[in-house]
Amino acid sequence: MKPPPFEYRSAHDSAEAVNLLTEYGDDAKILAGGQSLVPLMNFRMARPSVLIDINQTHDMTHIRADDGHLVVGAMTRQRVLERDQTAGSAVPLLPAALAHSGHTTNRNRGTFGGSLAHADPAAELPTVLVALGGELTVQGPSGKRTVPAEDFFLAPLVTSLEYNEILLSARLPRLPQGTGVRVEELARRHGDFAIVSVMAAVHLDSNGRADLVRIAAGGVDSTPIRLHEAEAQLSGTALDDAGIDAAAVAAADSVHPTDDVHGSASYRLEMVRVLVARAIRSAITHQKEGHR
Amino acid sequence: MRLNLTINGAQHTADDVWPGESLLYVLRERLGLAGSKNACEQGECGSCTVYLDGVPACSCLVAAGQAAGHEVVTVEGIGGGEDELHPVQEAFVDAGAVQCGFCTPGLIVAAHNLVERTGEPSDEEIREELAGNLCRCTGYEKILDAVRLAASRKQEAGT
Ligand code: FES
Ligand code: FES
Repeated sequence: MKPPPFEYRSAHDSAEAVNLLTEYGDDAKILAGGQSLVPLMNFRMARPSVLIDINQTHDMTHIRADDGHLVVGAMTRQRVLERDQTAGSAVPLLPAALAHSGHTTNRNRGTFGGSLAHADPAAELPTVLVALGGELTVQGPSGKRTVPAEDFFLAPLVTSLEYNEILLSARLPRLPQGTGVRVEELARRHGDFAIVSVMAAVHLDSNGRADLVRIAAGGVDSTPIRLHEAEAQLSGTALDDAGIDAAAVAAADSVHPTDDVHGSASYRLEMVRVLVARAIRSAITHQKEGHR
Repeated sequence: MRLNLTINGAQHTADDVWPGESLLYVLRERLGLAGSKNACEQGECGSCTVYLDGVPACSCLVAAGQAAGHEVVTVEGIGGGEDELHPVQEAFVDAGAVQCGFCTPGLIVAAHNLVERTGEPSDEEIREELAGNLCRCTGYEKILDAVRLAASRKQEAGT
């Protein structure tokens, strides 16, 4: 399988990439790590007539943390992010989720921004962004704008990026020291796309009450879904067993999966219920035992 | 385009290259380096694994234009010379980890990276690191044996 013919252009910075996107219009696509786009092209499921390579850019490869946030440049390789101490201590959910994202060889090349812009509803990084209420910074011809994660992902492989906009970076709120995190994922093989994934971050205050609960599910709707109702039920409580089980039921009520070859909609609903409960309990254990 | 890149330490040039063709295609069809194997062309099987700037990557997913000016090490560059096997390759032979051999070149690169980078990897680390390499003959146990053998020999040799 070979890709259909296309013109190859290389951009030296994000501004040049935006110019090229504007010049070529809808027929152009950004090429970052190539781990999603190139297979789609090889299968001829995508046929862009121009690829704009951003691997030679230097203004989108950074990992920065301040008091409140972690900012990750779109061209940061997933494997670099996975191993980065700053990122791991600010947002421990990131390395935990990346461990499920493809294989190490894919993560060596695959980029943070590439996975977000590709917007597979079962992919790990979009689910992390949605779970934690991240924000994406995009650049177009007339400047930058910031989009909350829940407004960025619109449908499978569809984002709110305009044809001449490029994803520059994403910003995630720093999790309080000691936050417990957990990724529960059901996949045929480790590294495959999730049939259902649930990501949770939980922080208990000194009285044992949850002052932070973040939960999202992937693979069960047309985009990753933040489980607001379950979060609301659990926030401020001691996260007892009955509460967790009830929140897990509420979580399953708030997603709309469809049948496909990997599993029926009803199976996915049941798995959301099971995995939400499991993820919350494991995240609590993670906080209590401390991060290893 | 004229493609210049470094492969296994030597400067290589290929002419009339379409920048959109894969690095794997360049290696195999233009430069006669047929060690890296072509199978899935979707980053699933790892049989095309090469080092790109020191990091293992699926060469089927790298466009030729992206490799221009970069440094590639293929399975041909892992051993010392013509008949000289690298200890990781020797371990594959000794452990009987090669059946049809189709997956072997990619696995050698992945295993080489693992063994060179870590001291004595745990079974979990080995599985994790080699999860992107499929063996159609399913000789995984022997492959694990080979990596363990290579790692323990390296420890013994103290290198
Ligand atoms: S041929 Fe490249 S991963 Fe299978
Ligand atoms: S030895 Fe035949 S594919 Fe692995």
